[in-house]
Amino acid sequence: MLANRLLSLIAGVAMLQGAASAARADAPAPYDPWPSLQQEIFKGRAMQDGNGVLAIEMPGRAEDAAIVPVTLRLKLPPGDARKVSAITLVIDQNPSPLAARFELGRDAGVSEISTRVRVNSYTDVHAIAELSDGQLYMVKTFVKASGGCSVPAAKDAVEARNNLGQIRFRQFAKAGDGHSSGAREAQIMIGHPNNSGLQMDQLTRAYTPAFFVNEMQVWLDDAPVLSMEGGISISENPNFQFSYVPTGGKQFRIEAKDTEGHVFQGEWKAETSGM
Amino acid sequence: MRVRRLLTTLLVWAGLAALQCQAEPLSAPLPVDEVAPGVFVHIGAIALMRKDNDGGIGNLGFVVGNDAVAVIDSGGSVREGRRLRAAIRARTDTPIRYVINTHGHPDHVFGNAAFVADGATFVGHHRLPAALKLRGPYYLEAFRRLLGDELIDEVRIIPPTLLVDQTMTLDLGGRKLTLAAWPVAHSDCDLTVFDETTATLFAGDLSFVTHIPVIDGSLKGLLAVLEQLDKIPAQRLVPGHGPVAEPHQAFAAQRRYLQTLSNDTRAMIARGAKLSEAADTAAASERPRWQMFDDYNARNATAAYSEIEWE
Repeated sequence: MLANRLLSLIAGVAMLQGAASAARADAPAPYDPWPSLQQEIFKGRAMQDGNGVLAIEMPGRAEDAAIVPVTLRLKLPPGDARKVSAITLVIDQNPSPLAARFELGRDAGVSEISTRVRVNSYTDVHAIAELSDGQLYMVKTFVKASGGCSVPAAKDAVEARNNLGQIRFRQFAKAGDGHSSGAREAQIMIGHPNNSGLQMDQLTRAYTPAFFVNEMQVWLDDAPVLSMEGGISISENPNFQFSYVPTGGKQFRIEAKDTEGHVFQGEWKAETSGM
Repeated sequence: MRVRRLLTTLLVWAGLAALQCQAEPLSAPLPVDEVAPGVFVHIGAIALMRKDNDGGIGNLGFVVGNDAVAVIDSGGSVREGRRLRAAIRARTDTPIRYVINTHGHPDHVFGNAAFVADGATFVGHHRLPAALKLRGPYYLEAFRRLLGDELIDEVRIIPPTLLVDQTMTLDLGGRKLTLAAWPVAHSDCDLTVFDETTATLFAGDLSFVTHIPVIDGSLKGLLAVLEQLDKIPAQRLVPGHGPVAEPHQAFAAQRRYLQTLSNDTRAMIARGAKLSEAADTAAASERPRWQMFDDYNARNATAAYSEIEWE
C-alpha cells in the first residue's frame, strides 16, 4: 500500500518533470528504462562506445544515497581535434532520471566535472558526451544506493536555512597534472535545499514541493566556461568542481537560478597559479 | 453414535489448536547481564542488521524498580523485542511501564511493537516523533531487503507519546531515571538515560565502544555533546554499540576518532580534495582501532565533509 503510494507519487513527479513516463515507474524492478530514456532525452540519436572519450566515476556502493559523488572525466585522445561541447548525466532509476546537462565553454579547456547526486535505487548511471561534430559517446556505471530522493538530507534544518542562497567560490591549482597542463580547478557551492518533491514535511505531513536550482552559468570575463541545467537528482547544497585552462581572463562571474525564480550571483577575481 | 464421534474429534482438534496458540509466542529470552543491581544489558552483535541476527545489533537494556520496569531500546525486530521481553519476564513480574527509545534508528526502535500489549508508555526525544514520521516509511522499505519479509512484516513504527524537551525524571519506585534530550549529534533526536541509584549511563548511539562511531547528525554537534556527557558522574557507560565500559576512557577514544576525522577532512577541503577522496582516506590512521571501520568510516567522512565545507 505504502509502496503503491510512493510509486504513484514518484510517477506523478516524474510526469511533472517531463522526464519519465508513469508506466515506467509502475514497472517491476528488472525493467531497463535506458532504451526509452535514450529515445526521450536524445530523440533516439545513435551513440557510440564512450570509453576513450570520457569516464564516469562513482562509488559502487553509495555511503549516503543523498550525497553520492560523481566525477566526469574527459580524455579525448591527443590528435583528436574535436571538442566536447556537452555532457549529460542520466540516473536511470531515479524519479527524474535526467540529473544534469553541462555545456562546456568552447575554449575553457574543461576536462573534469565533479558534483553530488541523489540515487534512489540500485541503478545504471549513464554519461553522454556530445562532441563538436555532433557525435554522441556514452559510458555507464552501476551504483548500489537507495532512498536518496525521499530521505531528507538536511540533518540540521537550522543550519540549512542559514546557508540558503549563499554562493561560495573556491579556486585551486589542479592536483596531479596541473603544473604541466597549466590547468586549474574551481569549486562552486550553492546553499540550497534542492528539495526533490519526495520529502515529507514533518509538521504538515505534506510533501515538500520540488524546489531546486535548475540553471547555473559560469563565465570568465565574457567567455562561457560551464553551464548546467539540473533537476532534483542534484544533492542538497549543489556543488560543482571543475578543471579549466586559464586563458588570461580576470574575473569569474556566476549566476544560478532556482525553480521559484530566485537568482543567485557573484563575481570573483580569477586566481593564477603563480608559476 | 456417529455424531458423537465426530464431536469428540472436533473437540480434540480444538484442544490441540488451543495448545498450539499458547505455545506459539514463547520466545527464547535474550542473554542479558546484570551490570549493576537491577540494571540489565543485552550487548548486540557487532555487525550490520541482517536476517540471521534478527536485526539484533544495538545494545538493549532494562532497569527494574519497585513498581515499574523501564526498557531502554527495543531491538532491531519485533522478534528481538519479544526475546527482550522474555528476558525481563524471566527475572521479574514487575509491570513494564516504559519503553524509552534513545533515538530513531531501526536497530533501536523496530522492537517497540513487542511491548504494546503491556500498555507501556513510549518515551523519546521531542524530535523523535518527527524523525520517525519522516524516515519510518523509508526504513520499512529499505530494511525489507536486509531483514526479509518475515521480520519486517510485523514491525510497526511506534512513536513516543511521552516527550522529553530537555530533561525528565521517571520514577520506577525506589529508583529514578534521569532522561536528557540533546542537540543534533549522532542523530537529531538523541536521548540519554541515567540511573541515579547505580550511576549507570545509557548513552544510546552518542557513544560507541570498539565499534566505530557513526554520524547521522553533526560531527561538531557530537563532539560538543560528548564533552557534556563526560561531565555526568557515571560509574559505568552502556554505549549504543559495543561492551559496557568505563565512561572517561570510552569518551576519550571516541573523541580522538572524531577529532582525527575532523582534522583530516578539514585539511583535505582546504587543499581542494574532493568528497570522494575524503571518503576514501580521512581518518585512515584510526582503522586498526575500530571494528566495522570499513562499513561506516566513508559514510562518516562524507557527513563530515559536507558539514565542514560550509564552515
